[in-house]
Amino acid sequence: MSDSHTHDVSKHVRSYVLVFAALAVLTIVTVWVASFEFTVGAAVAVALIIATFKGSLVASFFMHLVSEKKAIYWLLALTAIFFVVLIFLPLGAMLDHQGTPNVP
Amino acid sequence: MSHSADAVSHADAHAHHEESFWRKYVFSIDHKVIGIQYAITSLLFLFFGFCLMMLMRWQLAFPYEPIPLIGSLLSESMAPGGIMSPEFYNSLGAMHGTIMVFLGVVPLAVGAFGNFVVPLQIGAPDMAFPKLNMSSYWVYAAGGVVMLASFFAPGGAANSGWTSYPPLSDIATTGQTMWLLGMVLLITSSLLGSVNFIVTIIQLRAPGMTWMRLPFFVWAQLVTAFLLLLAFPPLEAAGVLQLMDRLAGTSFFLPTGLVVSGEALSVSGGGSPLLWQHLFWFLAHPEVYVLILPAMGIVAEIIANNTRRPLFGYRSLVFSTIFLGFMSFIVWAHHMFLTGMGTSISTFFQTTTMIISVPSVVILSALFLSLWGGSIRFTTPMLFALGFLPMFGIGGLTGLPLGLSATDIPLHDTYYVIGHFHYVVAPGTILALFAGIYYWFPKATGRKMNDRLGKLHFWGTITFMNVIFMPMFIQGLAGVSRRLYDGGAQYAHAAPVLEWNVVMSIGAWALAIAQIPFFINFFRSMFKGEKVKDGNTWEATTLEWSAAPSPPIAHGNFETVPSVYRGPYEYSAPGFPQGYAPQNAPEKA
Amino acid sequence: MDIPYTVDARPDTGMYNAKLGIWLFLASEVMLFGALFSSYILLRVAAPEWPRGASILSVPLATLNTMLLISSSVTMVMSWASLKMKKFGAYRVYLGLTLLFGLGFLIVKSFEYGAKFSHHLYPGDSTFMAIYFTLTGLHVLHVLGGMIVNAYLWGPGAKMWKTAPEQFTNRVEVAGLYWHFVDLVWIFLFPVLYLL
Ligand code: HEM
Ligand SMILES: [Cu+2]
Repeated sequence: MSDSHTHDVSKHVRSYVLVFAALAVLTIVTVWVASFEFTVGAAVAVALIIATFKGSLVASFFMHLVSEKKAIYWLLALTAIFFVVLIFLPLGAMLDHQGTPNVP
Repeated sequence: MSHSADAVSHADAHAHHEESFWRKYVFSIDHKVIGIQYAITSLLFLFFGFCLMMLMRWQLAFPYEPIPLIGSLLSESMAPGGIMSPEFYNSLGAMHGTIMVFLGVVPLAVGAFGNFVVPLQIGAPDMAFPKLNMSSYWVYAAGGVVMLASFFAPGGAANSGWTSYPPLSDIATTGQTMWLLGMVLLITSSLLGSVNFIVTIIQLRAPGMTWMRLPFFVWAQLVTAFLLLLAFPPLEAAGVLQLMDRLAGTSFFLPTGLVVSGEALSVSGGGSPLLWQHLFWFLAHPEVYVLILPAMGIVAEIIANNTRRPLFGYRSLVFSTIFLGFMSFIVWAHHMFLTGMGTSISTFFQTTTMIISVPSVVILSALFLSLWGGSIRFTTPMLFALGFLPMFGIGGLTGLPLGLSATDIPLHDTYYVIGHFHYVVAPGTILALFAGIYYWFPKATGRKMNDRLGKLHFWGTITFMNVIFMPMFIQGLAGVSRRLYDGGAQYAHAAPVLEWNVVMSIGAWALAIAQIPFFINFFRSMFKGEKVKDGNTWEATTLEWSAAPSPPIAHGNFETVPSVYRGPYEYSAPGFPQGYAPQNAPEKA
Repeated sequence: MDIPYTVDARPDTGMYNAKLGIWLFLASEVMLFGALFSSYILLRVAAPEWPRGASILSVPLATLNTMLLISSSVTMVMSWASLKMKKFGAYRVYLGLTLLFGLGFLIVKSFEYGAKFSHHLYPGDSTFMAIYFTLTGLHVLHVLGGMIVNAYLWGPGAKMWKTAPEQFTNRVEVAGLYWHFVDLVWIFLFPVLYLL
């Protein structure tokens, strides 16, 4: 491994520490926000936005997705599509129900 | 003296790299050995699943009559007085389906053919992760053992159908718990395998083996591996949830207010039986493409090889396969039109189902058109491959009415459905798998299978398969339901078509007899078959034949890494000495 | 013939084999947890009422656990970075910390489970409890699996640093990717089960 590579990594180390700090702060924030009397919808939205943000920090930096290879982006995009399908189509099928609405 | 002996043994170790028996044949990490292990195990399971079916067919043809010969051997709970009990009938049906699909066809099509052929066809020394490959096989074997052991569980093997729909399955006997554990193992094995296949195909292609030079079989395996990778985990999750329901008293799939045998079930309720159906079919629709894509791959290889022409529309085959794989994730609820889904969701799934039939038709048409103008060699593998085409055609076309909710509503859960999917998986996939065995047997053993016995096997098999499965359409259209203990004897509407049950059952037993030439051929050819002279028996262009000896070298396959210069099917290449251009042959001098 | 690209990246894909392998595995894990989250959403939407997690579960303990997991994630990535910088001693320390944080997570979790059982709260009580135990239970199994791999890489597996340093660094990277994923799952489980 060349010197420049070693140098690269030591630069990354700073970003790891920053990410860690951000994750810790966001954890506190999400707990704090949850103590407000939001409606269920709003609470879900806020909590999921924060979680998604935290999750993307982990994925982007700790799992270094920010500088990954094309094949992996394709794979994850494909997975993301099927993930969304898996989450929403069964729900859609349940909500668009004949006869007894909301009874699964 | 001791010095020289040492030197000799040292040289010896280098030359042969002697391996113990266990390392070589049992816990091998060579993809070829693992492929053969998969092949043998899955063929045994196919045979076993078929035996279960032959037993059932007695009860369907001659309901309530003692089973001859075997009846007295079965335990009192299976067949009291030699007459098959309804519970045992249900177990046989559920286990036939499960074993055929998960322990027979998938491991044979993917575990065996994929494992053996893919690394050879792409010019790789082995799979990317040999130890992982070995563990896939052993996890699969463990799953098989659990499934077999479940026949001895109290209450017998799982008896809620291969679909295991709750609430029935949630409250079924112990066999169902074992079924779930077995499934978790089988799914895990497939997942490990699929990771291995994808990495192998993406990373280990030989120099010059670009994407558009891959044999179609490799493409089929790649797409199949993606289906296994992304569609199987949801059923694994569902399996865990059902295990929780059965073992920890949860109610994931048990609705509130469920009454069993007149008594309210003491569970918290609040679950959803339909949730299981969604998760099950999220797996099981892609699964049907797992059953068919490798078969198409095999057939494509054999057709190109025996027409001595390039495949018609290689690119459209590849793109259709990719599109088919993608679409197969968003059609699953066409199995659920009768669950009360509203019209918008039904329309969505109908539409996607009609769309997915387009690439299937493209693939089948391209394979048919590949025959056009070829000087066909009617070898045994080619006969099976040719048989596949119309059989799969029947299976596919009869599926269309099942994909439209208006026509599915009367047909759902009738023998029409059984006829439809068996045309796909039995005269379809099974014929293709036989074709593959005849085609690659010389590669694995260095000896050819006998042609005359092979042809006998082919004609018997295709004839009796049609005798069994064609009448199912007739019964189904008359409204006879599937999973009936007496084959419909107690229903008035079934009376006019009831006699077909006897025809189908005799067909099934005759199909067993038609396999005898195969058994003889398989074992005899291993030792006595005609020796393959120069590795390339079929004068094929793809690397497994043109670059590797038969059988290929243990651990490494090739003497040197092959280089690839052209596409896979250049069968008409004037200027090349034999008239065809192997992928690894450099430009002619 | 040896299997190519076990250590070095294949030029046209830019990856070594195990890197692609672990991402494929993680993709399948996404679908596994996707199915579980989908079940959660479906059952919750269909339920006539749903308890707020905080009214049954302990938010402070779960917050502590979140902190433990994200700490373990940062030490994990630091252990890999240490190897990249050829600091084997630092690697050992960071990976050791990762293991300790993981252990801490499991201990806190066992207190949580214990508290539930002592209040006679079991998976069969309600759909909420069923989901809670199943999802966290599967997650705990994933943590355990990761810890076994990490412990191996910390202990006996570390011998490889002497013989094949690059391959060893790759192994640590792959183990790390898995470990971060386990952390990522928890980042979603935490609000979904405890806060909503
Ligand atoms: C070649 C000989 C075969 C025969 C004679 C046969 C016959 C049958 C029959 C009669 C049924 C309906 C049982 C009932 O409704 O009670 C059935 C069900 C089934 N078969 Fe086959 N089959 C064969 C091969 C296969 C193969 C190769 C596969 C899969 C790859 C397969 C998969 C299934 C499945 C999934 C079911 C549904 C089981 C259930 O209802 O849960 N069969 N088979
Ligand atoms: Cu389907």
